Order: sequence, then C-alpha cells, then structure tokens
Amino acid sequence: MDWDRVYDVLVVGGGNAALCAAVTARQAGATVLVLEHAPKAFRGGNSRHTRNLRAMHTAPTSVLTEQYLEDEYWDDLLRVTGGQTDEELARLTIRATADALPFMEACGVRFQPSLTGTLNLSRTNAFFLGGGKALVNAYYATAEKLGVDILYDTEVVSLRLDDGFVRYAEIISRGFPRRVRAKTVVASSGGFQANLEWLKQGWGPAAENFLIRGTPYAKGRVLRDLLDQGVASVGDPTQCHAVAIDGRAPKFDGGIVTRLDCVPFSIVVNKHGERFYDEGEDVWPKRYAIWGRLVAQQPDQVAYAIIDSRSERLFMPSVFPAIKSDTIEGLAEKLGLDPTKLAETVRGFNAAAVHGTFDNSRLDGCHTEGLTPAKTNWARPIAVPPFSGYPLRPGITFTYLGVKVDRNARVLMQDGRPTANLFASGEIMAGSILGKGYLAGFGMSIGTVFGRIAGREAAKHARN
Amino acid sequence: MQETETTEEARRALEICNACRYCEGFCAVFPAMELRREFATGDLSYLANLCHNCKGCYYACQYAPPHEFGLNLPQTFAQLRAETYAEYAWPKPLGAVFQRNGTVVALITTLGIALALILTVLIQDPTVLYAAHEGPGAFYRVIPWWLMTTLAGGTFLYALLALAMGFRNFWRDTGSSLAGPAGARPVATALHDILTLRNLGGGGHGCNDRDEAFSTQRRWFHHAMFYGFLLCFASTSVATVYDHVIGHPAPYPFWSLPVQLGTWGGVGLVVGTAGLIWLKVVSDQAPAARNLLGADYALLGLLCLTSLTGLLLLGLRGTGAMGVLLAIHLGIVLSLFLLLPYSKMVHGLYRSGALLRHALERHAGHVPPAD
Repeated sequence: MDWDRVYDVLVVGGGNAALCAAVTARQAGATVLVLEHAPKAFRGGNSRHTRNLRAMHTAPTSVLTEQYLEDEYWDDLLRVTGGQTDEELARLTIRATADALPFMEACGVRFQPSLTGTLNLSRTNAFFLGGGKALVNAYYATAEKLGVDILYDTEVVSLRLDDGFVRYAEIISRGFPRRVRAKTVVASSGGFQANLEWLKQGWGPAAENFLIRGTPYAKGRVLRDLLDQGVASVGDPTQCHAVAIDGRAPKFDGGIVTRLDCVPFSIVVNKHGERFYDEGEDVWPKRYAIWGRLVAQQPDQVAYAIIDSRSERLFMPSVFPAIKSDTIEGLAEKLGLDPTKLAETVRGFNAAAVHGTFDNSRLDGCHTEGLTPAKTNWARPIAVPPFSGYPLRPGITFTYLGVKVDRNARVLMQDGRPTANLFASGEIMAGSILGKGYLAGFGMSIGTVFGRIAGREAAKHARN
Repeated sequence: MQETETTEEARRALEICNACRYCEGFCAVFPAMELRREFATGDLSYLANLCHNCKGCYYACQYAPPHEFGLNLPQTFAQLRAETYAEYAWPKPLGAVFQRNGTVVALITTLGIALALILTVLIQDPTVLYAAHEGPGAFYRVIPWWLMTTLAGGTFLYALLALAMGFRNFWRDTGSSLAGPAGARPVATALHDILTLRNLGGGGHGCNDRDEAFSTQRRWFHHAMFYGFLLCFASTSVATVYDHVIGHPAPYPFWSLPVQLGTWGGVGLVVGTAGLIWLKVVSDQAPAARNLLGADYALLGLLCLTSLTGLLLLGLRGTGAMGVLLAIHLGIVLSLFLLLPYSKMVHGLYRSGALLRHALERHAGHVPPAD
C-alpha cells in the first residue's frame, strides 16, 4: 500500500451505499480507495442483513409484478414518516430506483421471486437471491474487477475538514495509525446504532439492555466527527428504529433470524407478569416496529410473549426453541416470572376474551371486553397446554441522525454552504429522507441511489 | 437413523436457516426445509442427501464463521451424508467402510488389480499372457470366459442387491407424511432433476464451484463423468448381448457400437473426473468437509483409472501388452463393481431418492406456510 498516493475518491465504509459509490466512481474513470472497518468476513455493514430493495416500476419486470408508480411510493413514504421527509430528495430517490435494478444486475447482483411470508412485497420489492451478503459479495467482486482498492480492518477516525474541505483522513489500518489523502471523499459509514454509549444519551441506562440487530461496526465515529466539525445534521438525534426480537439473541449481528412473529397471537407481559399493550392492534408487519419501543419502556427492557399450543404454528419458526410447560405456573417459573401473578393475568385475559371465530389470516375481531389494556384481535384464550413463552427485547436496526446533503449528495455545513469535496450516501444521510418509521427495502433504495449519485459527483469533481 | 453430534449440528443449523430463509432461491433443500418446523433424524438425512453441495448458501450466509452461529451447511451436510451412507449400508456391519473410505477404496482397487494379475498368471501360461492375440475371443484367451463372467456377473449382481437394500433403508428412514402418491409426474420431475442436475444451477446463475464467484464448471464436469459412465455401461451391456445372445465375442472393431460407446464414454469419464479432481484441489476449503475428501478423490481416481486403462487397452489391444493391460483393467472394473455400494458412488442413489421424495412432496401440493 502506497500511503502517499492521492486517490481521486476515498470511500469511507464498505456496505451497499459505499460500494455503489465506489463502483460508479471507478466506472467514471476515477481512482478509488474503499476503507472498510470490518474484517473481510464481516464486510458490508448492515447490508449483510438486508434482503430486498423497494423499486418504482411502470411495468412488470423480471422479479416485480404489476406496477409501482412514483406517487404511490411517495404516499407510502409519507405515511410511515408522518411527513418527516424531504420531498425533493425523496422523489429523486424514488424516481432513481426505476433504473437501480439494471445497474445492480450489471454488478452481478441476482434477484429471485419474493421470499415465503413476504408475498405482500412481491409488487414493490426486489429480493436478492441469497440475501444481502450475496449482494455485498457481488459488489465487492465487481469493485475488485474494476480496480477499486479495498482495505479491510481499516477504521476512519476523522475526516479533517478545513473550511468545508477535507484535507485528509486519519485512519487506523490493521492497528496502524495512518493518513490518507484524496481529492474527494464519500462518507458511507452508516449510523451509530452499535454505539451503546451514544444510544444512552437518548435512552438513558435502558440502552444497556438493547440488542443490536446488525453490524457491531456501526459506531458512528465518522458521523460524530463530522457533526463536531460543523456539518449540518438531520434527523432526531435520540431516535432509533427498534423492533421486538427474541430476547435470547446475541448482543450484535443476530440479524433476521432473531425476529419473533408470535405477538399478535399471544399475550405479552412485562417482568411483573402484567400486560401493557394491545397485542392484536393490527397485523404484525404493521406493528412489529412499535414493539421495540414498547418493550424498551418496560422495567429492565424485557417482556414475555405467552401462547398456547393452538398458536404454535401460526408464525414463522423462531431460531431459539420456545420455552414450554404444561401449566402457566410452570412456564412462569421457567421464564423467571411470578407464577401466581402470571396465572392471574392469563385467567383475567381468558375471562375477558369474547367468543368469536378466530382467524389468523385477517383482523378477526376476536377481542376482550372489560380488560385494560384490551386485545382487539386474535383474543383467543390461552387455554390449551402445552404453553409456550418467548422472551422479548428491543432490537435496534438503525438510527435516524445523519448529515445533511443536497440533491448531488454533497454534504452541507451548518451555515447551509456546501462542503467542497465531501459527499455522503447510505445510512449516514438517510435521515434526510426517512426521518421516522420504516418502509421495507427503502434503506437499500436510498443507499443504492445516493451511492451512485455520490460516486458520480465525487468522480466528476475529482477529475475536474 | 440415530442421533449423533452431526445430526444435532444439522438440526441447529436448519433451525437457524428456517428462521432466515434468505437462501430459498438456491436449491431444493430450502423449500423442502420450509415444509417442516421440527427435524427428525430422517428429515435431516433426507435434506442432507438432497443437498448437491453447491455451496451457494455458505457464501451468502451472514451467519457463516466467524459469526458466533458458525453456520456451515455444506460442510455439516457432507458430514451427515457420510454418516447416512454408513447407516444405510447393507449388510450393516459393512457401513464401517465409510469411516475411512478413501483408504478402503484405494486398498480394494490395489487388491483388485493384484488379484486379477495373479489369477491370470496362475491360470495362464506366460507365453499366452505376453503374446499378441487377435480376432474373436482374443480376450478370453488371456482370461477364460468362465472366470470373467463369474466374477463380473457375481460382483455386479451382489452390488445391485446391496444398493437396493441400501435404498430401501434410506427410503424407510426418510419417510414422511408430506409425500404424495407416486405417479408419472413426480417421477418425471425427479428424473429431470437427476439427469439435468437442476439443483446445481443456483437459481439459474451457477454455483460457487471454487469460491465466491459463480460458475457452472462442476455441473458440466459432472455431466461429462455421469454420461461418460452411462455410455461405458451401455457399451458393456451391448457387448454382453453381442457375446451371450448373438454369439459374437469381443474384441470388436473400432467403429462397432460397443467400442464407440466405450471410447466416447471413456473420454467423458476422464474429462469429468479429472475436472472434478482439479476443482476440488483449487477450491476454497472452508465449506468442504476435509475428512471426507479422501473418499471423493479415491472414487474419482478409480473412475478415471477405469476409463484410462480401458482406453489404453483399446489402443494397445493388438500388441503383446494386451494381456497384462486386460488383467489390470478388469481388476479395476472388478474393484469398481465391488465398491459400488461401499464408496461415494452411493451418493447418486440417495440423492436420486431424495429428489424423488422432494418431487412427491411438491406434487402433493405442499407450499411452505406463510408468516
């Protein structure tokens, strides 16, 4: 490695957005260096755990059915964000997803029909064959073939800004502190969701009990560094996307398998054996994202979903086996709950459940009466042993705070002036567009679209 | 079959896979897995034998080592397949040969060659052995008709019996309520999957033959080997009919049907086995089961030797080398027949069985449950 070499484009990060930027810049003729914090085996940031990309299309494609037009896409985004978005950037992203798929295919990304259990997404989302790691592998192979230089185990500590101009990057490469210079820099180093200390600033000590679903390398170091140097920020600094996942999941990197889809068919109690929210408010795909927050607000940030044997097969299999017992008291003991209290909660729920026709495939209206909080659907008594329990904890997917960019992916300073040679793509700037909530596959859309814009603009700037 | 550390590991792996399902576009294993929530040992055996070892799932896996889940499905399934070969072997005690199968195959082959040479020398006058022979029945002047037919017929029939019993054991052990009734359509589907190696297509883009990159080399080398083997088998069958039915003993002229079938089959076998050996040598070892490589190399070597000595015999059959070459070739063929039920050859049997079971499940209309 020639540490004195001045690259045209330095890409910070090694996920989807970073690689889209690197490949695009290289294709435009720029020399490119990618710095990935993770070792090769864990490269790709949170993109490793993704599986699809939401794409606008005016006619059916090889993997997408019917059509999904700009306005419907925009409406979907508006609904989940509650308006916390930037219409110009959002519409630009949406429109650009229409030619994302051919670019991806040219980079060796392969698609498949939508996965089982996700048929509702077959119209709007293109699924990667083999998932996000296969996608990441394809991008790395393409980048290598094009002659992009890649360093793994290399963390960027600081991008030294001087009046909106990045002079150099301070890095630690395989344990050695170094400096790297480049004509332009693309920051694609993600959010800070793996930084528990930072999460505590928004959540207090409760954050200690959060599980991080994705890469442990998303510490937000570059994000912090840029904000500290006067770069404009977007997004709520305290907020993160949190879902309820299996409480037995590893602290980091548990990914998709830690999901638990049993909540609508269960009662969920906290560590005191008390219910705290309507488990049957809506179908799970529309509710899983609020349950992370709900569990985070409970004592010790833990909850327990309890079902009976009739519901065992109504949801996707869990990675860890259910904790089972023939009695509610026995189950309570295994879960570490007060047996008397849990039995009382279950009895109270069962007595309040109004007789109806249970149907797991729709909002069945089976509800409770005179119970607080009520359960408004699938309120079938927990009555047929064996009983199963699953511990739940908040699983953090991503954070919303980011750097502000313009439509050319150029990073803006707090005073509104554009930086001279700094661009951003991916989670580090996604808060501009997705300020709240989540839309399946949209993170990959932002990463791909802005990665390509950042790569194109950085190459253009460097070669001028 | 019985629970072992390997079945436990395979179950753990599949429970992770079943909660993830990102790989379901790769091959038949994942849709078959999704029909199940629990995995009895018979299910594990079925899924392991359904796996074509394309390694697509390993390179796509976010839980592959060094992730703490440490998923390595191709390696786990390869280990489990080796255990199922031992489990279903007939007679049962001979399952032990799958423990160090590479050594066993090499030893039997060596003994086969030695035995053929020794018998020939004992039975025949050395002047006969080293003389050039031509015309109908030339081979029988070196190795008498009765010896050749008894040994070949006997070992081959025994191999067929042992294979059939092994298949029966596999079929019983992997039985499930998910399979629909046998019929022409599922059988046709299974045959198509067997003959085209559809599951080495990786969803249409090829497999990870060597590393992260995709290729169809392994599939084509396997086709060369498999169809080469079939052509050789056809050659032997046609020759048997010529000899025993219409009384026209070998050797046959170069342009005759048996020699043409055998020649092209032999070329296919050499190309296929050499290609597969080469792929094994150069491929990434991470998803491979290293302790089983010996068995793979031994069988590929044996098949390669069978065709090489056959081709050599064809080239030199008019010379004094014919006698010794014939003995060596027949010694190798004898070993191959003996080893059919006791080498990696059985993978074809159980893979075909698993593909048939999968076709029966698919045609029964089962679709994986939605979440």
